[in-house]
Amino acid sequence: MLSLSHIQVTAGDKRIIHDFSHQFKQRKIYAIMGPNGSGKSTLVQAIIGNPLYSLSAQSSLIFNEKILNKLSPDKRSQLGIGVTFQSPPSLNGISVFQLLRLALRDKDVVELYDTIEKIAKELKIKKELLERPLNEGASGGERKKLEVLQMAILHPSLIFFDEIDTGVDVDSLKTIFSFLKKYKKDKTYVFITHYSEIFSYLKADEILIIKEGKLASRGGMEMIQVINTKGYETF
Amino acid sequence: MKTKKITFDYKFGFSVKSKNVFTAEKGLSEEKVRMISQMKGEPKWMLEKRVQAYHFFLKEEMPEWGADLSKINFDDITYFIRSTDKQVNSWDDLPPEIKDTYDRIGVPEAEKKFLSGVSAQYESEVVYEKVQETLVKQGVIFCDMDTALKKYPKIVREYFGTLIPYSDNKFAALNSSVWSGGSFVYIPKGVIVKLPLQAYFRMNAQAFGQFERTLIIAEEGSSVHYIEGCTAPIYARDSLHSAVVEIFVKDGAKVRYTTVQNWSKNVYNLVTKRARADKNATMEWIDCNLGSQITMKYPAVYLMGEGARAEVLSIAFAGEGQHQDAGAKMIHFASNTSSRIISKSISKEGGRTSYRGLVQVMPNALNSAVFVSCDALLLDEASRSDTYPTMRIKNNESTIQHEATVEKIGEEKLLYLMSRGLSKVDAETAFVNGFIEPVVKEIPLEYSVELNRLIRLEMEGSIG
Repeated sequence: MLSLSHIQVTAGDKRIIHDFSHQFKQRKIYAIMGPNGSGKSTLVQAIIGNPLYSLSAQSSLIFNEKILNKLSPDKRSQLGIGVTFQSPPSLNGISVFQLLRLALRDKDVVELYDTIEKIAKELKIKKELLERPLNEGASGGERKKLEVLQMAILHPSLIFFDEIDTGVDVDSLKTIFSFLKKYKKDKTYVFITHYSEIFSYLKADEILIIKEGKLASRGGMEMIQVINTKGYETF
Repeated sequence: MKTKKITFDYKFGFSVKSKNVFTAEKGLSEEKVRMISQMKGEPKWMLEKRVQAYHFFLKEEMPEWGADLSKINFDDITYFIRSTDKQVNSWDDLPPEIKDTYDRIGVPEAEKKFLSGVSAQYESEVVYEKVQETLVKQGVIFCDMDTALKKYPKIVREYFGTLIPYSDNKFAALNSSVWSGGSFVYIPKGVIVKLPLQAYFRMNAQAFGQFERTLIIAEEGSSVHYIEGCTAPIYARDSLHSAVVEIFVKDGAKVRYTTVQNWSKNVYNLVTKRARADKNATMEWIDCNLGSQITMKYPAVYLMGEGARAEVLSIAFAGEGQHQDAGAKMIHFASNTSSRIISKSISKEGGRTSYRGLVQVMPNALNSAVFVSCDALLLDEASRSDTYPTMRIKNNESTIQHEATVEKIGEEKLLYLMSRGLSKVDAETAFVNGFIEPVVKEIPLEYSVELNRLIRLEMEGSIG
C-alpha cells in the first residue's frame, strides 16, 4: 500500500534520513523504533508532506499507486494517510468538532456529532474537551486521545502513531490500545516509539529499527527481547 | 428554515446600471449645498446648519494623525443623487434595477425571515421601507432621515447634531453640509423592540459619496437592536463614504448597533459614530469592517449617567493595499460606569490594521471599570498591525485592564489542520474564524454566516 524507496530527507541543509526503503502492506501492524534523534519522526513528517522537510530527487513515495512526492499534506490525507502527532498543538478558537466538520464537509452534521460523542465516550474523553478549542487545557494523555478520536472519525487506511505512548498514564494507554484493537479492521498501523511497552497491548507484524537515518535492522517480535536487554546498540 | 442562496457576485464587481432621476454635478459649493436643501424642501434651520457646516468643512484641515487621506479629491465627487422620484412602500413598486440589486444582496429574503423592518438605502435616499405594524402600534418610528425631518421636525431638531456637531471634525462637517438619507429611529419609553431593525446600505454610482445621517433615540427603559449592513460594487474610481451616526440612550435603555460592512476596495470609509449613555443605560457597538481602501472609524460612547455601561466589539480585516484604522472611544463622565473594548484585527498580504483607542475616566467618575483587549492576527510577514491605545485616567478609584496580543498562524498549526485533509485556504479561514469568534457570536446568525463567507472569499484572494 505504501512503498518507500531510497528516501532521503533534509531539513534546511542537514540530511536526516539517508536512504530508507520499505514496503508497508495493508492490514499489518508495524513498529518503527530507534534511539532519540535517529530520524523516526522526520520520516513520518516527510511521508505526510511537512514542508519543512524536503525529499531528494531519487526518493520515491508511492501510496496505492499514486506518487506522493509533489502532493500537499491535505491531498495526502485525503488519499488515506493519517497521523497522530507527537506533540499536538492547541488550536485557538477551533474545537475538534469544528475541525472534523471542515474535514468532512459532506457528512451530515448531526450524524457526525453523534459519532464523535460516541467515540469520545469509548476513549473516555471528557465532553467539555469536545466543545473547547482543541487541546486547550488538555493533559498529555487527553491530547493523545483526541488524536486517536480524529483518526477514528477520518478513518484513513494507513495511520502513523508518532509516540502515542509518550506522556500518557497507564490507564489512558490501556484505553487507547483497547480502542485501537477494536477499530483496527483493515487498517494499517505504524507505531513510532522508543519504548517496547506498547507491545504488551498489541503485537507488531514487523519491527523496523532506524539508527542515524538508516534502516539498521528489521524483524519480528523477537527483536523486542533484544532491545529490552541490550538497547539499540546491538543493531 | 428555508435559506435562499445569497449570491456573492458583487464581490467580483457587479453593478446595476444606474438610472438616476437627478444627479448633481461633481464638486461642492455653497450653492450646491443650498440646492440640496431646497430640493428636499427642508426647513430654514437645516439649511443654515448645512451652510455653516460647509464653511467649517472648507477651513478645517485634513486630519493627519491617522491613515493617508491625501488622495481624496473633493472636486471629483458627486454629492447628491436622487435615484427615484418618489418613496415607495412595497417591494413590488421598486424599479426593477434596484430590486435586482437587492435581490442579489438578499434583502427581501432577510426581511421575510426574522427582521422586523427593512429600510434599504439605494444611493442617497431610502426608497424602500417598511415597518411592521406592531412596531407602529408601539409608537416606534423607523424611517429615513429626510422623512423624519418632514414628519417629526421637533424631535429631529432637538437632537440633530447635538452629540456630533459639525465642528467635530472635517468629515462630520462634510456630512452635515451634504447629508442625505440614513435612518431615524425613535423608541418610546419602555418599549422593547424584540427583533432587530435593519438597514442595508449600498453605493452604486461611480465616484459618488454617500453621506447618510442616522439618529437613534431610545427613551427611558426602552431597548432596540439596529443593524446596518454595507456592501458596494467595485468601481475603478475612488468613492467616499462619510456617515454620521448619533445615538441617545436614555435612563435604563439599551441600544445595540451592529455593522457588518464590506465596502469595495476603492472606498474611503470615514465615519463618525457616537452615543450618549445616561443613567444605567447600555450602549453596544458591534462593528465588523471588511473591504474599503481606508477606513477610519472609532465608535464612541459618552457615559454620562451613573451606572452606564458601554461596549465596542470590533473586527477589522485588511488585505493587500488596505488600511483599517479602527478603534473605540470611551469617555466616563459618571461614577460606577463600565466600558469594555474588544478589538480583533486581521492583516493579510501586506494589509495594515491599526487599533486606535481612547479611554478617558474623568476625576469624578469614581469606581469606574475599564477593560480593553486588542488582538491582532498576522497571516504573513508582509502584513502589519499597530496599536495606539490612549488611557487618561483621572482618578485612583477605578479599575483599568488592558491586554494586547499579536498572533501569527504558525506553519506547525497549518500543517496540523492540513494533515486532517483541510486545504490551506480552509485551514487559514478556520483560524481567522476561530480568532474572531468571540465577536462573531454576538452577531445575528444570518450576518455571521455572511461574515464567515466573506472572510473565506478574502482568504481565497478572489477579489480583484
